[in-house]
Amino acid sequence: MTQEAISTDVVIIGAGPCGLFAVFELGLLDMKCHLVDILDKPGGQCAELYPEKPIYDIPALPVVSGHELTERLMEQAAPFSPEYHYNEMVEELEKLEDGRFRVKTDGGLVFEAKVVVIAAGGGSFQPKKPPIPGIDAYEGQSVFYSVKRMENFRNKKVLISGGGDSALDWTINLQPVAQSMQLIHRRDGFRAAPDSVNKMHALVEEGKMQFHLGQITALHGDNGQLTGVTAKGNDGSDYEIECDTLLPFFGLTMKLGPIANWGLNLHENLIPVDTGKFQSSEPGIFAIGDINTYPGKLKLILSGFHEAALMAQAAFKYANPDAKVTFQYTTSSTSLQKKLGVA
Amino acid sequence: MRIILVDGKGRERELEAIEGWRVMEIIRDHGFPIVAECGGACACGTCQVEVDPQWAAKLHEPRGDELDMLDQNYGGEWSRLSCQLIMTPELDGLRVRLADVAIRKAA
Ligand SMILES: Cc1cc2nc3c(=O)[nH]c(=O)nc-3n(C[C@H](O)[C@H](O)[C@H](O)COP(=O)(O)OP(=O)(O)OC[C@H]3O[C@@H](n4cnc5c(N)ncnc54)[C@H](O)[C@@H]3O)c2cc1C
Ligand code: FES
Repeated sequence: MTQEAISTDVVIIGAGPCGLFAVFELGLLDMKCHLVDILDKPGGQCAELYPEKPIYDIPALPVVSGHELTERLMEQAAPFSPEYHYNEMVEELEKLEDGRFRVKTDGGLVFEAKVVVIAAGGGSFQPKKPPIPGIDAYEGQSVFYSVKRMENFRNKKVLISGGGDSALDWTINLQPVAQSMQLIHRRDGFRAAPDSVNKMHALVEEGKMQFHLGQITALHGDNGQLTGVTAKGNDGSDYEIECDTLLPFFGLTMKLGPIANWGLNLHENLIPVDTGKFQSSEPGIFAIGDINTYPGKLKLILSGFHEAALMAQAAFKYANPDAKVTFQYTTSSTSLQKKLGVA
Repeated sequence: MRIILVDGKGRERELEAIEGWRVMEIIRDHGFPIVAECGGACACGTCQVEVDPQWAAKLHEPRGDELDMLDQNYGGEWSRLSCQLIMTPELDGLRVRLADVAIRKAA
């Protein structure tokens, strides 16, 4: 699938807290941003790993949750009308002959940008694979870590493994299309919306699906086609479950992913930068937040904010070598206040 | 005070422990390659250990967020998160085995 390229000043890879704040700093310098994230929402680690946990070390916010911090950063970036592209993984990054950069995603989006900011944190969020021997051989054929189209599961004998919202939501949603539905989880408690748990129990009572306590220990089948699994119950005994499709839902983890293929210098999976511009080994490609490294680096949100401010100045100068930047405060500059929509 | 750590290859080590420290911190500060990605915030599950069944009853029951993380990381019957286990004199001699997810692999 080829699409017309989206032309812009900046592509930011990663919509975590540092990518979001970079929109603000770049916006003050009139640079328009597109953000791409593999997650279905903004906030990076704050949104995916600890939305409800309190953060105590954001300057001037004595306590703020991961979710609230994300909301506030979105609000602060809003005057600059950034465009967000979720559920998209940036796969390719290359320099064009005219000095701009081409960025491509797995979903077929193409951008052409003057500068690229990598704010990819610990890497892209990807599904955690359960440690079941030989599972790789079934992946993509009868083992899936996400549901792209419900129709693909029509008349299948589906087994779902896990106890979170994804596991329960897909159990409930796929039950009517599947030939049979079974759920397996290691305990009788769930970390999911109580309403979904009740619905699942109701389906079991109506005889429309089965729930098993235990953990899958082995897969059976041929040439990538699953025919069943062996599970270990909590009493230590083994039992068999018949199924032709397995959907494991064990949450997400961060993997460096495609960044390793972009020809940038890396040090232990991090991008070394200088501390004046936060630029990578490739001029015009900047790196801020958890993904970068330099002497004294601390993986803190507040450090990422500082990096965003300095990076924005350098990125502006890179994109506009002849322009003069005057240093201004948001408190006193009418031109900055106009950009923010408050003057 | 000490804990006994069984590593990925089945080797046993005795580690000096300090009261009030998390078992994860004790393992990490002795230089073992434990992943413990979130630094003890009970948000990653990569500090998982299997507790010797004889010791399991001496530990406090896992809280909800620990159970959640064990769910996501394929925990078994004796699995705990070592960042949620705090050393007390009663736990002197505690035996734990590092789970596969907790062992840092060479990049
Ligand atoms: C449990 C926990 C508690 C924490 N507590 C604190 C605290 O109290 N104070 C503090 O300052 N910090 C804390 N941190 C650390 C803080 O969350 C990180 O420093 C911060 O999230 C880094 O922000 P970031 O924008 O650099 O990256 P991230 O938040 O990691 O976001 C990066 C985003 O980029 C996306 N991405 C990566 N590669 C690609 C790609 N190729 N294509 C598309 N998208 C991609 C990822 O999916 C992700 O959404 C904590 C972290 C954890 C896990
Ligand atoms: S260190 Fe992350 S859960 Fe224990």
